[in-house]
Amino acid sequence: MGNLFSAKNKEVFSTPISMNNPVTIQVLGICSALAVTSKLEPAIVMGLSVTIITAFANVVISLLRKTVPNRIRIIVQLVVVAALVTIVSELLKAFAYDVSVQLSVYVGLIITNCILMGRLEAFAMANGPWESCLDGIGNGLGYAKVLVITAFFRELLGSGTLFNVNILNYDTIKSLGYVNNGLMLMPPMALIIVACLIWYQRAKHKELQEK
Amino acid sequence: MNALRNYLDKIKPNFEEGGKYQALRSVFDGFETFLFVPNATSKTGTHIHDAIDSKRIMSLVVIALIPALLFGMYNVGYQHFTHTGAEGGFVEMFVYGFLAVLPKIIVSYVVGLGIEFVVAQWKKEEIQEGFLVSGMLIPMIVPIECPLWMLAVATAFSVIFAKEVFGGTGMNIFNPALITRAFLFFAYPVKMSGDAVWVAKDSIFGLGNTVDGLTAATPLGQAATNVPVDASLTDMVIGLIPGSIGETSVIAIAIGAIILLWTGVASWKTMLSVFVGGAVMAGIFNASGMDSAMAQMPWYEHLCVGGFCFGAVFMATDPVTSSRTENGKFVYGLLIGAMAIIIRVMNPGYPEGMMLAILLMNIFAPLIDYVVVQNNISRRAKRALSNQ
Repeated sequence: MGNLFSAKNKEVFSTPISMNNPVTIQVLGICSALAVTSKLEPAIVMGLSVTIITAFANVVISLLRKTVPNRIRIIVQLVVVAALVTIVSELLKAFAYDVSVQLSVYVGLIITNCILMGRLEAFAMANGPWESCLDGIGNGLGYAKVLVITAFFRELLGSGTLFNVNILNYDTIKSLGYVNNGLMLMPPMALIIVACLIWYQRAKHKELQEK
Repeated sequence: MNALRNYLDKIKPNFEEGGKYQALRSVFDGFETFLFVPNATSKTGTHIHDAIDSKRIMSLVVIALIPALLFGMYNVGYQHFTHTGAEGGFVEMFVYGFLAVLPKIIVSYVVGLGIEFVVAQWKKEEIQEGFLVSGMLIPMIVPIECPLWMLAVATAFSVIFAKEVFGGTGMNIFNPALITRAFLFFAYPVKMSGDAVWVAKDSIFGLGNTVDGLTAATPLGQAATNVPVDASLTDMVIGLIPGSIGETSVIAIAIGAIILLWTGVASWKTMLSVFVGGAVMAGIFNASGMDSAMAQMPWYEHLCVGGFCFGAVFMATDPVTSSRTENGKFVYGLLIGAMAIIIRVMNPGYPEGMMLAILLMNIFAPLIDYVVVQNNISRRAKRALSNQ
């Protein structure tokens, strides 16, 4: 395993957050990014759930990787992810019931999140548990980062609040004629915000642009 | 004319590479080619040039829009004066409407052209002329009480996301003016529908009265809520009904349609088939015996109220977003007309279906063209084989 925080491990952890972001670069996990980002709170909970599940699933699969026959590896991965998703879903229902109601089916649907299966197949099947854990946390945080940025704009401009705290819904602002933008609460606008994030990142980093 | 040409030639070096105002190069170029047809021609390849270029085509459309715009201004004043009970003759009404509409036109052009100028400068391209028409269409398809800042936000959104990201004028999938309206409609429904936005409420420079809580529903709004429509057919044809600024008068739009058809800018096939599609679909609903005011509205009223005429004449015929094949234009138009009436009747949430119908068919226009072209190819292939 070598040094726990070697340069390579740091890179494994940090590239998914920025330069190889699962949402803005690999364009994975878009479905839930559109569905749960109309408010900040569910977006953060969703991001953390995915981070935890990706990290644990990566570790478990990485430990099993030498014993699992290649033919049934997808089934084994699904079983592991399904078990973790069920645990997280039950925990949310027990300790954060309101948020779990807002997230509704999307917690259960983490099992179909492309980021998870992608990391298991592409990374955990070929790397040790510690690297896999870092990779899982990195990818989960990369996903969470996009969710939080999107949810920030959608909640602020769509509902005029942040974490359900009133920011723009005051009479002085209303009397100037300001109205919250209803389109921000609809999924199409989330898609456009994610597109803007991709646009920004690619404009900033020339190496990401195709010729 | 010669004096203007000489003046432009005199100041031109300032705007060229290395000149004093080279940052404004694209702006100067835009104005110069707007005022005079450029005499530069393509250097490579074989081209067939039409007698008029796209800036002249755009100008023709703007000219065709003027009757509807002027009538819209008068109608804004007329609606305000009748609903608020203010005293005033024709001149007062028109001046009131002119003053109420002018800020919207200015905002639309300043925001839209501003973005186009910035993008052209940034990409070192010529300014594209498409916004000349969009900028005039946008104020004409919004209610008079739509706040200016909303108009500015929606115009910016549509120019950036419906046009520039696709590559600018001529590359857009959707009609930018309709995207502006769709953005307003979904983002700020309170200011775009209902019965409180269609009549101006404030007095301007002492003209008219300021009245709070004034409501006046459009005929379509009344039909959608099953209230009897109080406008007569004559009013609908002349256009003295509440509605978006430029869309009410059938007569004014018809003058515009004649200009567009006579100059050959718009296709009669698209225009005619939109009306046919709408009339047939409305007739089907009339005959179906559905029990709602919208379904039982006679087909000729369906064609006269709301944005049907305006959409058919100025929006559906947009050469960029409509079907380009001749047979495809019939299919495209028929489906727009039919879809507009279906949305009106079947979806009480959206009393006006024209905007959504045209946007929907914008998506399908390339598919229609593809099918028409493929049909033609296979028909000719078959004929070639059978002649052997």
